[in-house]
Amino acid sequence: MKHVLAPIAALLAVALASPLALAQKKYDPGATDKEIKVGNINPYSGPASAYGTIGKTIGAYLKKVNDEGGINGRKINYISVDDGYSPPKTVEMARKLVEQDEVLLLFQPLGTPPNSAIHKYMNTKKVPQLFVATGATKWNDPKNFPWTMGWQPNYQDEAAIYAQHILKTKPNAKIAVLYQNDDYGKDYLKGFKDGLGAKAGMIVKEVSYEVADPTVDSQMVQLQASGADVFFNITTPKFAAQAIRKAFDSGWKPVHYLNNVSASIGSVLTPAGLDKSSGLISTQYLKDPTDKAWEKDKDVLDWYAFMKKYYPDGNLTDASNFYGWVVAQTLVQVLKQSGDNLTRENVMKQAASLKDYSPPGMLPGIKMNTSATDYAPIQSVRLIQFDGKQWNGFSEVMGK
Amino acid sequence: MSKRNLILFALLLLIVCALPFLVSNYRTFQFTLVLVYAIALLGLNLLTGYNGQISLGHGAFYAIGAYTAAILMDKFGFPYWATLPVAGLVCLVVGFLFGLPALRLDGIYLALATFALGVSMPQLLKYHHLEKWTGGVQGIVITKPDAPFGLPLSPDQWLYFFTLVVMLVMFLFAWNLLRGRIGRALVAIRDHHVAAQAMGVNTAIYKSLTFGVSALYTGVAGALGAIAIQFVAPDSFNIFLSITFLVGIVIGGLASIPGAIYGAIFIQFIPNIADELSKAAPWAIFGIFLIGFVYAMPFGINGAIRMLLMRFGRKAQHAGSGSAVTEPSLKSKEASQ
Amino acid sequence: MDALLQQVFAGLATGGIYASVALALVMIYQATHHLNFAQGEMAMFSTYLAWTMINAGFGYWTAFLLTVGLSFVLGVVIERVIIRPVENAPVLSVVVVFIGLLVILNSVTGWIYTYTIKTFPSPFPTAPLFGNKFVSSHQIGAIGITLVVLLLLFAFFRFTPLGLAMRAAAQNPVSAKLVGIRVGWMLALGWGLAAAIGSIAGMMVAPIVFLDPNMMAGILLYAFAAALVGGVDSPGGAVFGGFLVGVLENVLGAFVIGNELKLAVALVLIIGVLVVKPSGFFGKVNVSRV
Repeated sequence: MKHVLAPIAALLAVALASPLALAQKKYDPGATDKEIKVGNINPYSGPASAYGTIGKTIGAYLKKVNDEGGINGRKINYISVDDGYSPPKTVEMARKLVEQDEVLLLFQPLGTPPNSAIHKYMNTKKVPQLFVATGATKWNDPKNFPWTMGWQPNYQDEAAIYAQHILKTKPNAKIAVLYQNDDYGKDYLKGFKDGLGAKAGMIVKEVSYEVADPTVDSQMVQLQASGADVFFNITTPKFAAQAIRKAFDSGWKPVHYLNNVSASIGSVLTPAGLDKSSGLISTQYLKDPTDKAWEKDKDVLDWYAFMKKYYPDGNLTDASNFYGWVVAQTLVQVLKQSGDNLTRENVMKQAASLKDYSPPGMLPGIKMNTSATDYAPIQSVRLIQFDGKQWNGFSEVMGK
Repeated sequence: MSKRNLILFALLLLIVCALPFLVSNYRTFQFTLVLVYAIALLGLNLLTGYNGQISLGHGAFYAIGAYTAAILMDKFGFPYWATLPVAGLVCLVVGFLFGLPALRLDGIYLALATFALGVSMPQLLKYHHLEKWTGGVQGIVITKPDAPFGLPLSPDQWLYFFTLVVMLVMFLFAWNLLRGRIGRALVAIRDHHVAAQAMGVNTAIYKSLTFGVSALYTGVAGALGAIAIQFVAPDSFNIFLSITFLVGIVIGGLASIPGAIYGAIFIQFIPNIADELSKAAPWAIFGIFLIGFVYAMPFGINGAIRMLLMRFGRKAQHAGSGSAVTEPSLKSKEASQ
Repeated sequence: MDALLQQVFAGLATGGIYASVALALVMIYQATHHLNFAQGEMAMFSTYLAWTMINAGFGYWTAFLLTVGLSFVLGVVIERVIIRPVENAPVLSVVVVFIGLLVILNSVTGWIYTYTIKTFPSPFPTAPLFGNKFVSSHQIGAIGITLVVLLLLFAFFRFTPLGLAMRAAAQNPVSAKLVGIRVGWMLALGWGLAAAIGSIAGMMVAPIVFLDPNMMAGILLYAFAAALVGGVDSPGGAVFGGFLVGVLENVLGAFVIGNELKLAVALVLIIGVLVVKPSGFFGKVNVSRV
């Protein structure tokens, strides 16, 4: 009797996915005793190809993990494909990865429009759309979209932190805003206005630019003419560098808030001119490897060693390469936590139970925490100010 | 159509109908996109291949069609099939109106005007006064239709057949149109505008109508594309889409109906192959494919097939294209400039 | 008033960028009767060559001259190797080859140099001229260089036998051949010249917008508009068109319709101009015979 019951009991345990079942090996498509298939979609071609390097860094890091024995004895089979930042192509590629390559999960697809295009599909298919590479707020919606999770601090929260800082330090400010005319720029702008709340009238001028614009000179002239004394700069690296330089050259001396997207010393402030960047205020959640402050930091040195060995073509001043390194570690952590229970459900469950996780590369004091009702891993940042040489933290860790 | 061609056509149709039962849903979805692109390319080919009006902005009509379908489904609860005629009609009107001032423009000036249309479209879709309808930068998510009448088909298979039927109807219509008087008039305008006018062809009406019909085709394709993808956003319709369409008709074969299908296969699958060959520089591989194809087949795939057929001594009577219509030759192009 | 003036000056400054690229486009059109879609990427690639030389320790002007020379050679090579085989193909097939060239150059540059923006030095002083706060010295210098190039081109086509031969080869290849002009080489020369002008444009643009593989994507669009509104066969018209587009775009964006639609509206206006004057402001009117 005992012998008959045992398998039934095991089956029951598996079906209930109780902790007992963890000892049992369990697989969904994409996972076997030998390997875990991880899919990724990045813009290697097209207008956003500058971000393609994230996908390459992740690949390099996963190769390192494989060289060191893999995760719980399994090698990661990383399949990264190109969507050219075109949503229809993203849909096609997501279907290829899920239906043809049968990956266990989709990791770090990049950009808000591409991720929006596959949001519903991934959730219908019940395949994890894990740690998407965009800061939109909508990825933290476990009730309606339990298979999608963000990673970085969302744009709205970050903007609200600047708003609070302005309210506290300069309650009578006249604010000018420059933003990119897309989902990313509008998300920041919304968070900023929400943060100002009743005092949103402090914004005296807001102007947008298109990614295809050669320069933002005209916009900067408009902003300066508004007589504003605070400037919130919601731009991607190239335009950020242009705006910083133009603000300085035209003699406009506002209190200048720069979004975290472009807060890299190596790829933005250096081209713009370090002297011209002096006084900038931004936020950080990762260390900046191009910042002298972290020159001797162990994490940063480890990253340099990793880049040298596994991604020698990668640009060491590009913040994306550091970002990719940290986010890839998060994936590895989740897969480690999943143990031998490599079902899609368990992967999501593990991703939603990160506790005070802080991989190398994160700023001290900033930790990832997730739960079944909180799908936003990184929710805290630190305010920083640039002194002409390096970023200096001047606030406690803010946010949740 | 000769008897032999008819048999060939029937055989081809059989294969095309069997296809979704032989391959996975994902592949079926890809082939659906091929059919969608084929309709769009045929539309562009009517305008550029047959009528000689170069458009670098047909992605705009594709976008209008897609958004018309998405808005009708999302805001007004239209069933998916009912959006196609509306999308086509809207594009017909927009295309015709755009064609009127474009009448005054020739060659590269027209190319610029259409290019401007293609470039401006994403910005218009993002425009904040239209946001209520278009969803602004966030776009619109729509639902994929299931097979009706309890047919034992997956949604992908159903959509494939639905698209196939639409495509066949539209191709048949174009074929009928082009092999007769209208087709001859279009080609006459392309090859010698002034002469055509002198012979009594009302070039103005023909040219703007061609613009409208061409936009209609591309708009219907856009609507079908939106239904297949289940999502529209301004980023889906940037200028690269328009350029991809142009590439499609040139590689497929200008002024040929089957060329639209060859071109659609090219623009659907070659970028994927390029991506598989190189992650470092997928566009470079794609570029090499482009140049390679033009070298090997300067008159497109359809041109090459014809040439092959001729070399084997058969009559160059191709299933799809009527005898009234010939390839644009180098001379005629130079003369028109 | 001050604000308007500022916008006009900022517009002239960016207009200078469009003008220089438009000039290269017109150049190649004059020589070959093709609009080269890869022009922007060729200029971008040349600028990377200059950047490499400057980083290797060459002086600015040495690198400048070497780049112009090298770009000329590259232009000739591209014509001889890539464009020559499709000489007899339909116009649109040639356009597809241009697009192929565009994506190859863009992708390969990104692969070699990565996509992070790079600073490119300016040969002009950093302090603004006469202490004005509207335009930087570099922008004034860049406009000056564009005008010098325009003047040189004008003289070249008007007064030198080679320039005349090139014009003849483009306008009437058959007759040109009959009078002993080597038409094929004239085309190659046209490509070389256009590539050289493009490289100058690139080196003048890069200090303003920063050097990256997608630097020219937006600019090329405006340059097309500029070239056509001025008249595609008129170098002077192209320069004029560049300034016009630059100013129009800024003034409209700042005061009339807002930044969101400024490109669209600027383009609509240009098309409006073209509908009234189908050959642009300075272009020749085409007369065709039956």
